[in-house]
Amino acid sequence: MTQGKTPEQTGFMKHTISVLVKHSFNALSRIVGLFSGRGFDIDSISFGQGQEPGLARITITTRGDEQIIEQISKQLHKVVDVLKVHDLTYEPFVERELALVKVSATKATRSEIMQLVNVFRAKIIDISPETLTIEVTGSQDKVDAAVGMLRSFGIIDIARTGSVALKREFQGET
Amino acid sequence: MAPETTEVKQRQKATTHSNGQSGPGSLTGAEILVKTLLDLDVDTIFGYPGGAVLGIYDTLFQHPELKHILIRHEQGGTHAADGYARAKGKPGVVLVTSGPGGTNTVTGIATANMDSIPMVVFTGQVASGMIGNDAFQEADIIGITRPITKHSYLVKDVNDLEESIREAFHIASTGRPGPVLVDLPKDMVMSKGVYTGKREVSIPGYKPVIRGHNSQIAKAAEILSKAKRPLIYAGGGVLLSDAAAELTALAEKTNIPVTTTLMGLGGFPEGKPQSLGMLGMHGTWYANMAMTECDVLLAVGARFDDRVTGRLDGFSPNSRKIHIDIDPSCISKNVEVEVPIVGDAKLVLPELTQMMKKPSVDQWWKTLITWKKEHPLKVPESNEVIYPQRLIEQISEVTHGEAIMVADVGQHQMWLAQHYQFNHPRSMLSSGGLGTMGYGFPAAMGAALGCPDRTVFCVTGDGGFQMTAFELATAVENKVPVKIAIMNNGYLGMVRQWQELFFEKRYSHSVLHQSNPDFVKLAESYGATGFRVKTPDEVMPTLKKAMEINNGPVVMDFLVAPEENCYPMVPAGAALNEMVEG
Repeated sequence: MTQGKTPEQTGFMKHTISVLVKHSFNALSRIVGLFSGRGFDIDSISFGQGQEPGLARITITTRGDEQIIEQISKQLHKVVDVLKVHDLTYEPFVERELALVKVSATKATRSEIMQLVNVFRAKIIDISPETLTIEVTGSQDKVDAAVGMLRSFGIIDIARTGSVALKREFQGET
Repeated sequence: MAPETTEVKQRQKATTHSNGQSGPGSLTGAEILVKTLLDLDVDTIFGYPGGAVLGIYDTLFQHPELKHILIRHEQGGTHAADGYARAKGKPGVVLVTSGPGGTNTVTGIATANMDSIPMVVFTGQVASGMIGNDAFQEADIIGITRPITKHSYLVKDVNDLEESIREAFHIASTGRPGPVLVDLPKDMVMSKGVYTGKREVSIPGYKPVIRGHNSQIAKAAEILSKAKRPLIYAGGGVLLSDAAAELTALAEKTNIPVTTTLMGLGGFPEGKPQSLGMLGMHGTWYANMAMTECDVLLAVGARFDDRVTGRLDGFSPNSRKIHIDIDPSCISKNVEVEVPIVGDAKLVLPELTQMMKKPSVDQWWKTLITWKKEHPLKVPESNEVIYPQRLIEQISEVTHGEAIMVADVGQHQMWLAQHYQFNHPRSMLSSGGLGTMGYGFPAAMGAALGCPDRTVFCVTGDGGFQMTAFELATAVENKVPVKIAIMNNGYLGMVRQWQELFFEKRYSHSVLHQSNPDFVKLAESYGATGFRVKTPDEVMPTLKKAMEINNGPVVMDFLVAPEENCYPMVPAGAALNEMVEG
């Protein structure tokens, strides 16, 4: 419904929604299906084992106004296999995404790329005469920034995990 | 059946089990299925056999106590199970084979899903080892029906079968009800497993809230008690929750007017002075005006559907809104609500009634009564032509307003909703959300099988009836005494009405009269009774004759005014108070 538009154009805010589900064969497709069926956006989605066997944690980043986000949350709650839905947006939370970025690298550009890798505290995990593969971890914004900087060298391939996130715990009186 | 009897029966079954008549692993999947269904008090299945479910059919052969109705098309099966569920208040049960058997159920499942009707559909599936191989009669029915089911199960271990069935029935019939699909691979049906008889169901992610929040109810009571122009807007949720009596008690204590949606008809007796009839696109003038003018709106089990609200910015613009619903996602979905109350109407309404003070509504009623007098529903009079509105009134007279009325979809559906006086819950069955043509007749058949003591009328059109008319064979075979009133105007009436009003009378593909069958001969060819009615003076005698036929279906072909329009009408995109009165 808002595909291809920036948050500035839609006035929609980014939300990070954490969903704990029963790890059943149908749970993920039901969740993805409700987003497409009701016209909600998925910016990123990650799915992995939860805190105990039989549970899975799905982290979805999406955009919408308050009413859309409320509907997303309520519709997720209705899925029988969903145990908990948590919109992390309005409270402190930690968020990480991992990206593997394969860039063109010649002898001439290699050291410049390596400097950039250091700035982003990223890692080089594969090297060939013409390429470097870089692992970047951080918030979606940081990964976006790193990818943006690397673009000028020529990105050959990219694989991003999408965000994973958890609520931050109480850190004492401030 | 009285609840006590059910209880005793269930206990007896439990005892039988603990006597150890069925040891672990001694029953086939098919036997577990039948045993569990009987334990869940299922008395009727609507089904159609095929390769993947032959094992189940063989077991059914041994269990005549579980009545199986052989429908003639799986769509008819889901509609019949839907009608059974709406009339009886118990989940409808469907059994079909894999592949096309499953895909044919889709329209019926979607119909039930839109109207929150409890239903459990068992589909055969190819053997588990074959799934994904494009095997003969294989379809990913779980995938196909995912967006139109409340939940679904693929049984991968015969020892999970019983639990899956029990969960399916629990999910289908609690909270906001809906259809649940259970996919049964062929090998699950044939292999042996355990039947435990354990009735408790615990589903960690599924705990519908049924008790309303006390302070929210108190807040609603305060706002309503001070209202000058309050209105209750009751939807299908009132019927699903069996809360008609509770709603009536609230309206009678407070004298607040009540309007119902199409789905809510019968949820409040239309014979009561507080009734304003149906609202919405073809609602009464006064109900729509009351909605526009009210200062406090209490919505109960309704979902602010676009056919009810009209253009949203003109919908009840000055009211404070309270909404009772068991499904939180219905609240503030289309219309922002000030006081949401999540809970079961049957429990919330009495609490609200108790906390309410009677508001001063005398002035409001003066206005409403004037509106009712000045803008009644119109019934054309004629000695030559049968007018559909008058025909509905006559059906109302001949059944004393006591029948279960089942509508198909179109003009006749709206005329039925407007002109029959509904005084009892579960007496108006209609595909409200999905608007499924072809729903009426098979649903009526299901209702009649579920409620054999009540008269069941199907009001349908010449278009809609032809979509599922072949179920006449089922009705004749099972001696189902459904009275089918075809309002035969020779058109797809509602389509023609829109083409007349909005497409300058270009009747593109909505004309049926050159190609309609002879409905009387059609009925007779199935062994049913058929009558053709051409003039107003034949109407009552024919209806009376039909009422006396109790051993099978009667098809009445009423040749009605061909180009009659259904009014009032809120045109698409207009606000509720911008009705066309005709």
